[in-house]
Amino acid sequence: MALMAGTRHVIEYNALIYRRIWRGSIAVSFFTPLFFLAAMGIGLGGLVNRASGGVNGVPYLDFLAPGLIAAACMQTAAIEAMYPILAKIMWDKTYDAVLATPVTIPDVIRGEIVWITIRMFIVATMFWIVMYAFGIGHSAEALLAIPASIITGLAFATPIMAFTATRRNDSGFAAINRFVIIPLYLLGGTFFPIAKLPLALQVLAWATPLSHGVALTRSLVLGNVTAPEAALHALVPLAYFAGGLLIVRALLIKRLAK
Amino acid sequence: MGDSNSLILARQLTKKFGDLTAVDGIDFEVAKGEAFGFLGPNGAGKTSTMRMIGGVSPVTSGLLTIFGLDPAISGPKIRARLGVVPQADTLDLELTVRENLIIYSRYFDLSWREGARRADELLEFVQLNERAKDKVDELSGGMKRRLTIARALINSPELLLLDEPTTGLDPQARHLVWDRLYRLKQRGVTLVLTTHYMDEAEQLCDRLVVMDKARIAAEGSPRELIDRYSTREVLELRFPIDEQPALDGKLSDIAERVEVLPDRVLLYTGDGDEAIAAVHRRGLRPETALVRRSTLEDVFLRLTGRSLVD
Repeated sequence: MALMAGTRHVIEYNALIYRRIWRGSIAVSFFTPLFFLAAMGIGLGGLVNRASGGVNGVPYLDFLAPGLIAAACMQTAAIEAMYPILAKIMWDKTYDAVLATPVTIPDVIRGEIVWITIRMFIVATMFWIVMYAFGIGHSAEALLAIPASIITGLAFATPIMAFTATRRNDSGFAAINRFVIIPLYLLGGTFFPIAKLPLALQVLAWATPLSHGVALTRSLVLGNVTAPEAALHALVPLAYFAGGLLIVRALLIKRLAK
Repeated sequence: MGDSNSLILARQLTKKFGDLTAVDGIDFEVAKGEAFGFLGPNGAGKTSTMRMIGGVSPVTSGLLTIFGLDPAISGPKIRARLGVVPQADTLDLELTVRENLIIYSRYFDLSWREGARRADELLEFVQLNERAKDKVDELSGGMKRRLTIARALINSPELLLLDEPTTGLDPQARHLVWDRLYRLKQRGVTLVLTTHYMDEAEQLCDRLVVMDKARIAAEGSPRELIDRYSTREVLELRFPIDEQPALDGKLSDIAERVEVLPDRVLLYTGDGDEAIAAVHRRGLRPETALVRRSTLEDVFLRLTGRSLVD
């Protein structure tokens, strides 16, 4: 039970800090999908639908919205695993203070992962509500888009946290954003089917967790999910998460318990 | 094994970072209720030793027990009974003074209510109760230090570790910190501190070890160390800068020991006034001459050939 207590207190700390900014944060989580779905879904979607009758037989908005939820979780996880974690490691030295108490490094890692999950839950839920208001995903199955997109984000949370554990300043974060997050966002199947990419990029895209997360979330919202496909699309992100977890643990112990 | 009274026991305690040996096989014991100090210059291995005692830095080799427990196995158990005041404040600048204490109490699994009760009590103790609702950012350096001490006391620790508790504080703020630490000692809290200020060591420590280059150079009470490694009095002479190099050897038979520093000459002697007279009899005319009592600074100079603070 002591282990669980340590994890809980790390989450509480984050919640206490979040309390100061929650209104703004939730408003952003609401207006971002609203603008995105209005502009890309209705504006751009109108053009796509007129030109080719939608994507894979569904209106563009229906194709786009679930992919955006998964991508939003990826972005949330990436940001939360970079700056706040590095601040606690070296700028504010929060972890030095925490680790002088009975709380352990595994407690800290668990607590941060649960906290990032809570943040993604807020983002995904707000997105889902907006999507629902646009008339998409009116099925019980579609609710599973929320956990599916959270799994997508978790695939980025632990590997990026591991990267953060090696940083001496924040300059590497811009590179992660530029060379990992944005290319995946644009080419990972969110805005158009991966099948439209050149073959080499298709192979690359399917090796990343985002395309699987997007595919899983989309199939749940559109109601065309099959069990074997869903299992594969969930397993790839979970494998990234598990691999990242092992690495982040080793790296944080090396960094903080020297 | 050591005395059953010892809260901390170290034998051949060693810490290496790659090729660098930060702590090189040191032995020491700290008894319950004692105020124990590590005195030494920066880089002597004091902080590394403290981090091992605090159960956050793994021991490379040798034996270390705290409360009779091995930090490699019982880290959380040990840390539950410790208070730690790190060298650099790690307070939460975005939270208020009181919130800093309450959230920290949670890490020790205290209830919110108990945390709030102790926070108020400790704010009183460190004389910050009027600032309870202020952001930490707005506090002075001395106030932040006192808040860090209050935070370290939130779990009512049996043992308080202080790494350079007053470095960077002005004299008034230092005295306030010393006063609070003295009160804690009177309440029976065991204090272990590092410092490179000899006056701090003399004020607070019942017993101390002098550390230099990862090793312990000497151990004892401040008084014992001074008696053992220095003379009763010290005569400090300042000569015009160009004359000082020419003094070599001229003073050696006046005192038991002579130290020639870049800016002054120290004569170690039982009788400082008699030494001044002897200097004058030789026709030497120092710009200033001052007789003072020996301090731990002199002990350190004797043991290592260097000053503590340069």
